[in-house]
Amino acid sequence: MSEPRLARLLALALVALVLLNFPMLAVIDRLALGGLPLLPFYLFLAWGAVIAIAAWSIERADGE
Amino acid sequence: MGSLASAAVLVSLLYLALLFAIASWGDRRAEAGRSVIANPYVYTLSLAVYCTAWTYFGSVGVAAAQGVGFLPVYLGPTLLAFLFLGVVRKILVITKAYGITSIADFASARYGKSGTVAGLVTIVALVGSIPYISLQLKAVATGIELLIGHEGGRAVLPGIGADTALIVALVLAVFSILFGTRHIDATEHHQGMVLAIAFESIVKLVCFLAVGVFVTWTLFGGPFDLLARAEEAGLTERLAFEGTRLGAADWFVLTLLSGLAALLLPRQFQVVVIENLDIRHLERASWLFPLYLFVINLFVLPIAFGGLLLGGDVREADSFVLALPLVHGQGWLAILAFLGGLSAATAMVIVETVAVSTMISNDLVMPILLRVRALGLAEKPDLTRLILGVRRAGIVLAILGGYLFFHGVGEAMGLVSIGYIAFAGVAQFAPLLLLGITWKGANRNGAVAGLLAGFALWLYTLVLPSFVTAGVLPTSLVTEGPFGFDLLRPTALFGLEGLNPVAHCAIWSLAVNTGLLVLVSLSTRASDLERLQAILFVDVEESRRTPRLWRGEAKVGALEELLVRFLGRPAAEAIWRAEEARRGRPLAPDEPADAGLVERAERQLARAIGAASARAVVASTVRGETIGPDALMEILDETQKVLEYSRRLEQKSQELEAATAELRRANERLRELDRLKDDFLATVSHELRTPLTSIRSFSEILLDNPELDEAERAHFLRIITSESERLTRLINDVLDLSKIESGRMHWQVGLADLGELVAAAIRAGEGIFAEKGVALEVAIPAEATPVVCDRDRIVQVVLNLLSNACKFVPSPGGRVRVELRRRGGVFEVRVEDNGPGVPPAHREAVFEKFHQLTGDLNTQKPTGTGLGLTISRQIVERFGGRIWVEDSSLGGAALCFTLPVAEEVGALAA
Amino acid sequence: MAKRVLVVDDEPNIVLSLEFLMRRAGFDVQVARSGGEALKALEGDPPDLMLLDVMMPEFDGYEVCERIRAKPEWRDTKIIMLTARGREAERERGLALGADAYVTKPFSTRELVEQVKRMLEVA
Repeated sequence: MSEPRLARLLALALVALVLLNFPMLAVIDRLALGGLPLLPFYLFLAWGAVIAIAAWSIERADGE
Repeated sequence: MGSLASAAVLVSLLYLALLFAIASWGDRRAEAGRSVIANPYVYTLSLAVYCTAWTYFGSVGVAAAQGVGFLPVYLGPTLLAFLFLGVVRKILVITKAYGITSIADFASARYGKSGTVAGLVTIVALVGSIPYISLQLKAVATGIELLIGHEGGRAVLPGIGADTALIVALVLAVFSILFGTRHIDATEHHQGMVLAIAFESIVKLVCFLAVGVFVTWTLFGGPFDLLARAEEAGLTERLAFEGTRLGAADWFVLTLLSGLAALLLPRQFQVVVIENLDIRHLERASWLFPLYLFVINLFVLPIAFGGLLLGGDVREADSFVLALPLVHGQGWLAILAFLGGLSAATAMVIVETVAVSTMISNDLVMPILLRVRALGLAEKPDLTRLILGVRRAGIVLAILGGYLFFHGVGEAMGLVSIGYIAFAGVAQFAPLLLLGITWKGANRNGAVAGLLAGFALWLYTLVLPSFVTAGVLPTSLVTEGPFGFDLLRPTALFGLEGLNPVAHCAIWSLAVNTGLLVLVSLSTRASDLERLQAILFVDVEESRRTPRLWRGEAKVGALEELLVRFLGRPAAEAIWRAEEARRGRPLAPDEPADAGLVERAERQLARAIGAASARAVVASTVRGETIGPDALMEILDETQKVLEYSRRLEQKSQELEAATAELRRANERLRELDRLKDDFLATVSHELRTPLTSIRSFSEILLDNPELDEAERAHFLRIITSESERLTRLINDVLDLSKIESGRMHWQVGLADLGELVAAAIRAGEGIFAEKGVALEVAIPAEATPVVCDRDRIVQVVLNLLSNACKFVPSPGGRVRVELRRRGGVFEVRVEDNGPGVPPAHREAVFEKFHQLTGDLNTQKPTGTGLGLTISRQIVERFGGRIWVEDSSLGGAALCFTLPVAEEVGALAA
Repeated sequence: MAKRVLVVDDEPNIVLSLEFLMRRAGFDVQVARSGGEALKALEGDPPDLMLLDVMMPEFDGYEVCERIRAKPEWRDTKIIMLTARGREAERERGLALGADAYVTKPFSTRELVEQVKRMLEVA
């Protein structure tokens, strides 16, 4: 695996760490739709997005 | 037994048989060289062995009680799948390069092939696996009981008793033995097993999704209906972070711990690293595996909330996945749900026990057995049956341990709590493994110290409290601390409170583990082998890029290149030519080097780098490591320094010897000079005393004999006068010579006409020639004869030659001829006589100090000082000429000297 | 009958002065200009005493001394060595070779004459 791809994934891991941890979660935790906390939706959304970006990053790199 | 339970058992058995068939097929395909698992999808699915009964049943249990609190277990591997890509890749490269068979083998190889490290890692892995296996037993047993219980709650399999867990344990043990120990594979690849668990990953995903879809769309009107109902029931509150009953730190630590576990759990290391067939599979898996985790978790919250909404008890939530289809009359779906759970559990148990039993046999039991000489194992040609036996025993041990843990503790705990114990346990491998591949300084002592301390803290802060929870140990141990020591409370060690027990354990154990590893490594010395292994692991990429020296598999070219690098090209090539001459054929660079060649190459190497280092290299190559020259360089570094030091020392002593010899020579020369000076002084003294003797004698005679007649008095007075003159001459000559020799002579350098100087000398010497009646012929050319010199000194030279000639010519009949002529770039002055001549052997000696030219013995003793010619030579040579003696056409000696022609007047300026 | 003295030296002026001194002291004087001449002069009728210079061409004084002492018939001839080299080693060498006295040049004429007389027991 090439160095730039490794670096991109490392950056992505750091982004994911920020998105899926505190203090980010504390911010999201305050948001609610009526009585419905948005935290679970956010978590799944962010998680899925991170995976999608990783997939795009790795698979696109294959075509390089 | 009811029909549903019977059907479930039947389906389960069929399922296990199918698995077996799949595994066999996979193995056959692998043997035929047409692997079905050599693609990233099967690899990813095999990684999903991470999702066990814990995920299948336990996540719903956690979600029902703690909302999103189940997620860190899956977020961790996702994050670290990206973060670890480089790290895992490096581990893979190392594993493939050095033929590593387990995580214990990996750790041991890194730390100098240490048996202690291997054994310790094995024990920690085994102990950590036990709660995890017990979790699977509990899940399957609960599932079976649920299926039976729903139909009337009678005991299955009459005659054995009601202990479902034991039956499950036994079945799983037999199945694992059949699966994992059919044969021993040299590479420890189990392609059939990998294929089977990949299949199981599909089964559990499909089954779980089926239940999820059933709950969401059949029992409810879709996700929004479910949400609305949950909101109505006031359940959505626990979807907020507060509902997880975790702190921010807990969340982070659990994420980290899960990420580590996804690599370090024995079964994970097995599938991620050991069973990997191609490093490139890692890339696609790094997003496919998180995707699998994402998908399998999509319906966790719906099932949990659905179960709760439909009247399920939070404490029974672990069984919602199975119970929901069951209570709603979906018998086949319930069997499918059970099958999914079973597949999750069996996959885990199979891989875990294969991994752990391999470690137990390879890294714990066999090394000990082989060391016990009484057994004579080392001589036995075939140990496979013994090894298989040990592995089977290991599998039984691990599963039985799980069963006992389940009985002692597990029944009182949730699935996830049990799983976390295992996570924190195997996390203790992280420091020695991750530092091991990035920091060469990490050594065996550090690894052992860190692992032992981390393991002990894990036992104390997490395993011990679980026994308390189970009621095995008194509650006061946790609430008050052992013997009332508040600071030592296992779940609030040294006052670290407010954390989830797992996070608390992880923080303490990993901090101490890492700290000790670093500190002890820095303060203790690593053996050569440890240092070599450290280099091989940390610099694995570099080690592989450089030519490999694989004993027995080394290529001739690589070997030669190594010699070139250490010995230099000419020496290496000379060795190679000799080697080819010995074989009588040329060596091809790509042919494998035989043992003899390797041996001789190493011996040559030993000459350059020392026998001790060479032996270390041999010892390590015998074990089959690849060694790059860079790695060699490092181990040899120390030897090199010693060699360099001794070389310099030798050089110094040689220099000293040379200096001593030079000093001795200088001293001898000085002594010689001293002796010469002594001789010179003695001679001078003699030469001074001789005229003095005459002067004194005649003076006394004159004094004592006043009656002497006038003629006699006059004769004696003349003698006194001439001897006084002789004395004066001598003193002058000695002073001149010493001035010239010491360089203190003041030369009056100027342009002069040599002809004029010779004429002047002849005029001065006319008296002595006339006195002796010598016939003097003079031949001086008319043209100018310019030379650069000190006029007076050259006159002195010519006069000296004239008086010398005069001394030796016969009287009467003496003839002396003086001639001046130009010869190329020099003027030559010849003073010839018809005296006795100088024999060729003496022609150089006459220029030595006090070498008296002895003429005819009957003639009067020469009156020279014996320094005249010596001084003349010094003067002539000072002005670039030379002086010598040769035969004369007159029959005697010819004393000749030259002076360079002064080409220009400008030469004066120089 | 007057005692006979042989003067051996290659320095003419020194020979002249020694000859004058010995004759004045009442001895018969014979002269030799080299070691060879000296040995020739000893043939037949050896003198009672020799004044022998050390530094001479051909045979030097030491050699002459050695040869004289090698012949029993010349044993009675007294030898006084004269030298311009004043080193102790040379003095010892002369005495070891059988010289009876060793006088360093330049010498006091009176002392030399007295020494010769003492040795010939004429004083």
